[in-house]
Amino acid sequence: MAGKPMGGPGGHGPRGPKPKIENPGKLFKRLMAYVSKNYLPHVIIVVICIFIGVFASIQGTLFMQTLIDSYIVPMLGQANPDFSGLAHAILRVACFYAVGALASYIYNRIMINVSQGTMRNIRNDMFQKMESLPIKYFDTHAHGDIMSCYTNDIDTLRQMISQSMPQMLNSAITILGVLGSMIFLSVPLTIVTLCMVALMLFVTKKAAGLSGSYFVKQQKAIGAINGYIEEMMEGQKVVKVFCHEEENIKKFDELNEELFDSAYNANQFSNMLGPINAQLGNLSYVVCAIFGGIFALSGFGGLTLGGLASFLTLNKSFNMPINQISQQFNSIVMALAGADRIFKMIDEKPEEDNGYVTLVNAEIVNGELQETDKNTHIWAWKHYHKDSDTTTYQRLEGKVEFFNVDFGYTDEKIVLHNVDLFAEPGQKIAFVGSTGAGKTTITNLINRFYDIQDGKIRFDGINVNKIKKADLRRSLGIVLQDTHLFTATVMENIRYGRLDATDEEVIAAAKLANAHEFIERLPQGYQTLLTGDGANLSQGQRQLLAIARAAIADPPALILDEATSSIDTRTEKIVQEGMDKLMSGRTTFVIAHRLSTVKNSDCIMVLEQGHIIERGNHDDLIEKKGKYYQLYTGNAIVQ
Amino acid sequence: MLKVLGAQIKEFKKDSIITPLFMILEVIMEMIIPLLMASIIDEGVNAGNMNHILKVGGLMIVVAIIGLFAGLMGAKFGARASTGFARNLRKAMFDNIQTYSFSNIDKYSTSSLITRLTTDVTNLQNSYQMILRMAMRAPASMIIAMVMAFSINARLASIYLVAVVFLACMIGLIVPRATKHFRQVFEKYDELNSSVQENVSAIRVVKAYVREDYEKDKFAKANQNIYNMFLRAEKLVVLNMPIMQATVYACILLISWLGAKTIVAGGLTTGELMSLLTYCMNILMSLMMVSMIFVMLTMSYASAKRISEVLQEKSDLTNPQNPIHEVADGSIAFKNVDFSYYSGGKEVLKDINIDIKSGETIGIIGGTGSSKSSLVNLISRLYDATSGEVIVGGHNVKDYDMESLRNQVSVVLQKNVLFSGTILDNLRWGNKEASEEECKRACELACADEFIQRMPDKYHTYIEQGGTNVSGGQKQRLCIARALLKKPKILILDDSTSAVDTATDAKIRKAFAEEIPNTTKLIIAQRVSSVQSADRIIVMDHGRISAFGTHEELLETSEIYREVYESQTGGSGDFDENGGDM
Repeated sequence: MAGKPMGGPGGHGPRGPKPKIENPGKLFKRLMAYVSKNYLPHVIIVVICIFIGVFASIQGTLFMQTLIDSYIVPMLGQANPDFSGLAHAILRVACFYAVGALASYIYNRIMINVSQGTMRNIRNDMFQKMESLPIKYFDTHAHGDIMSCYTNDIDTLRQMISQSMPQMLNSAITILGVLGSMIFLSVPLTIVTLCMVALMLFVTKKAAGLSGSYFVKQQKAIGAINGYIEEMMEGQKVVKVFCHEEENIKKFDELNEELFDSAYNANQFSNMLGPINAQLGNLSYVVCAIFGGIFALSGFGGLTLGGLASFLTLNKSFNMPINQISQQFNSIVMALAGADRIFKMIDEKPEEDNGYVTLVNAEIVNGELQETDKNTHIWAWKHYHKDSDTTTYQRLEGKVEFFNVDFGYTDEKIVLHNVDLFAEPGQKIAFVGSTGAGKTTITNLINRFYDIQDGKIRFDGINVNKIKKADLRRSLGIVLQDTHLFTATVMENIRYGRLDATDEEVIAAAKLANAHEFIERLPQGYQTLLTGDGANLSQGQRQLLAIARAAIADPPALILDEATSSIDTRTEKIVQEGMDKLMSGRTTFVIAHRLSTVKNSDCIMVLEQGHIIERGNHDDLIEKKGKYYQLYTGNAIVQ
Repeated sequence: MLKVLGAQIKEFKKDSIITPLFMILEVIMEMIIPLLMASIIDEGVNAGNMNHILKVGGLMIVVAIIGLFAGLMGAKFGARASTGFARNLRKAMFDNIQTYSFSNIDKYSTSSLITRLTTDVTNLQNSYQMILRMAMRAPASMIIAMVMAFSINARLASIYLVAVVFLACMIGLIVPRATKHFRQVFEKYDELNSSVQENVSAIRVVKAYVREDYEKDKFAKANQNIYNMFLRAEKLVVLNMPIMQATVYACILLISWLGAKTIVAGGLTTGELMSLLTYCMNILMSLMMVSMIFVMLTMSYASAKRISEVLQEKSDLTNPQNPIHEVADGSIAFKNVDFSYYSGGKEVLKDINIDIKSGETIGIIGGTGSSKSSLVNLISRLYDATSGEVIVGGHNVKDYDMESLRNQVSVVLQKNVLFSGTILDNLRWGNKEASEEECKRACELACADEFIQRMPDKYHTYIEQGGTNVSGGQKQRLCIARALLKKPKILILDDSTSAVDTATDAKIRKAFAEEIPNTTKLIIAQRVSSVQSADRIIVMDHGRISAFGTHEELLETSEIYREVYESQTGGSGDFDENGGDM
């Protein structure tokens, strides 16, 4: 009952199709190493406890026979039976039982710490790694896949560690113990039993294979119907508008019928395994009884009648653990597939950072820059020179230069060619051009979300590769195309820009961004909780919050990747005012869609297919009557 | 709720009844076997009677075969009943959702509907199978074992009764608490995962603000908290194990001791004692099983509730008694129309009065939240006006057959969707019988033909789910073409060219004016250039019509219009020249 209700549809039990993993042995070893790294003493205690538990339970099983053979039968017919021997024996077994129960409690109790602790560690490791991965990783991996590491994979893994592993161990030890006792009692009968076990495994394998092939079909059918459901629920309004309901129902019925068919068969065969194994176990019992009877009566192999009775008891307790192992085996394979994905993520290469130039607060003492802990609003690059063992400070100004930069998201496809760019401190540089021309890409290079293939980017004359990434990014404020808000209050969301900002500073930033007014109108003002990426706010409001967030960070340079196509003109005006206030006095890179933003820029870059094809201020470009002129006058292209 | 769900069992009623019967038969066989085993040992092995071993062994095989048969049948019918039930549930839900009106759809989020149709159904399927196969089996097994035990020796068997009551009490103490803890921890767990999700999608924000360490700390704390909560919950659950074992062991020892005394006194045989001990496990394990079933059922309760919600939701739009099937012309009139999305909710349209002649082109402009979409959605009766009348072609929209109305009033929705299938498949949503020629014609009108011709398979190009392999602007043009194929009397474009570049936008409008002059066209847009050339323009502001007139008139009279116009100087305020066409 510790498990969550099965997440995926179809309730594919442990008999689902086996996923392929390369080198499961190595993976298993790594997983065990991971567990025992922090929990080695725990694991040792658990193993010992399992041994004790199995020993106690075999003792218990054998006791039933001794009870009858050694105590009850001899006492039968005695005039004055002496029960003290029996009392003694029962007391002895009671001790075994008590130890066994205690051992099983201890190991279960410790396993909680081991499994939950390991899950916690894996989650932490995954998240730590995830946060350090380059943006490229998130571009190339579906977010759903990343998420499923945290949900499905972790869940199956937890089940494996907390349930399958100890049970496997338990079963294996039981089997060995029982097998030993059986061999001790009668070798020929043991062989008979093993033959029956082989038959059982064979039948299980057949049935599992049969059900497995239907599970694969079921999985496919589920995929198909889920895809259809997703698509139609997404487009339900379109379905209504086009009166397409009946066709939809018809198609759905087909898919539904297919799923029913495969799900029915898959379930049927996997349901059948239980009764088949149980009855085969009974068969094994009968066969052993018959052979044993023959052996015992003929004196073959030195089997006594008492021994046969004990053997039959053991036979009964032999089948269960074998079944358990074959079941657990499948879930372990499934969990290993999850572990594989998790370890792949943990093994990803983090973002490289060889920068050594750092950003510090500075103050000017006697005309010279000096590092300080105070928040002076003056920033300096701290440059340590290894060869001369000296440290120099250089004031942060916000000068950005690109020299001959080439860039592609993959090496094969270069999307930016020979980009040269010079932004003086305090200048406003605008990028215009069609979607896909490379505007956003350029801005992503300045703060090193991506690394360039060729050329040089300098910030205040320092190659950006030499600047520590964290410090480089801290010096650049960004308002992104897609606004992202976190599940937290409005206050906390703005404060994300600078964690030590006071409430007053947050409100000041909101006022600067023109966000104050609407925030005040929210039900709990600044304390309103935002959920689902700010789903309860309009696009414009979310944008204003993003601007406020950038404002409170108070960065020397700014990148505004404004996406205002979904905001109406009137709202945009308010957003624009906020942006303008933020831009004053900072080096700003603007990706603009609307004229008003671009017109007063110091320099406008017109991009086309990764090339800067025109540059200059508004008046220059209009005079040039080139692409900018065309874009600006809009309708000119039509005629 | 149970009644609503139960109604979906339908043709699987028979299977649903047979399954537990077979399960009980299997249990009976299972209970007989220990008796036979005891007999083999007692009278066969111990007495050295080979004949008896063979005889009882044969009987045992027969019993095992009956048990096997019952088990297999139970497996078969149980699977059939549960998967069939799931099939019916899915179908009933899907069918009902198809009857939903827009306001019904608005009530549920897309993802919640998907969950209900997939995960929730699976949960119920598993629970139902469990009820049929286990919920009968476990109590039956317990009762039969109990009866057998009592029939052997009532005095000794009463120990079991005490044990059962004791265990039931312990489970009753532990399980509800544990479930409560689990519910709490899973809630937190979901929160943790959604915060991971947030981090994944907002990774650029995290990195831009260098908040990696902050997020790591936050995560580690939440993670530790979850660890503690899991520990607390599972600590309770593991208590089950030793309590169960202690009870079983105590029973075995007590029975052994008292049994031995009874045997010596002549009131019991050794074989009977063995059987009693075997039943001990049966009884107590079954009790554990019952408690587990109980937990599972409470877990699937939430799913059951969500499914029955969908099933019970009734569409709030209905066809009239004697519907009109033909829309006479494309004239539209609103008479004192008020509208709100929920009864008692905020009025998003107030006091709307307009008169539009057939064949007119009307532009609609206004800020976000000014209810432009709400206004047009009333025309094809996607929603019903709260008060007042919406008249199309001379009749109230409520008098039309809904399907006929919607076929003749074609809407291109703001949030539009293409479906997986070829371009032709998608276009034919508008008209099933449309020839390839007609489709091409519609695409030419919507300026979609030009890019379709550039595609490798032209009109047979496969569109991926959600239209991910076409750009935003291309998608919009395909949606317009799809709507055109209906040959509607009224065409409504709800911000449907926002991603189309200005030039193409103009071309589309020109084509409309020339090729379908008799169709009434309503165009909602952000860009003034898109509506400027319309016959008349409606300016919406906060759910009211603020102004209605030609471009020139509005420049004179409407301050809002003038403001918007001026901010978009030059006719094209948008630099996204090719609007996502790349």
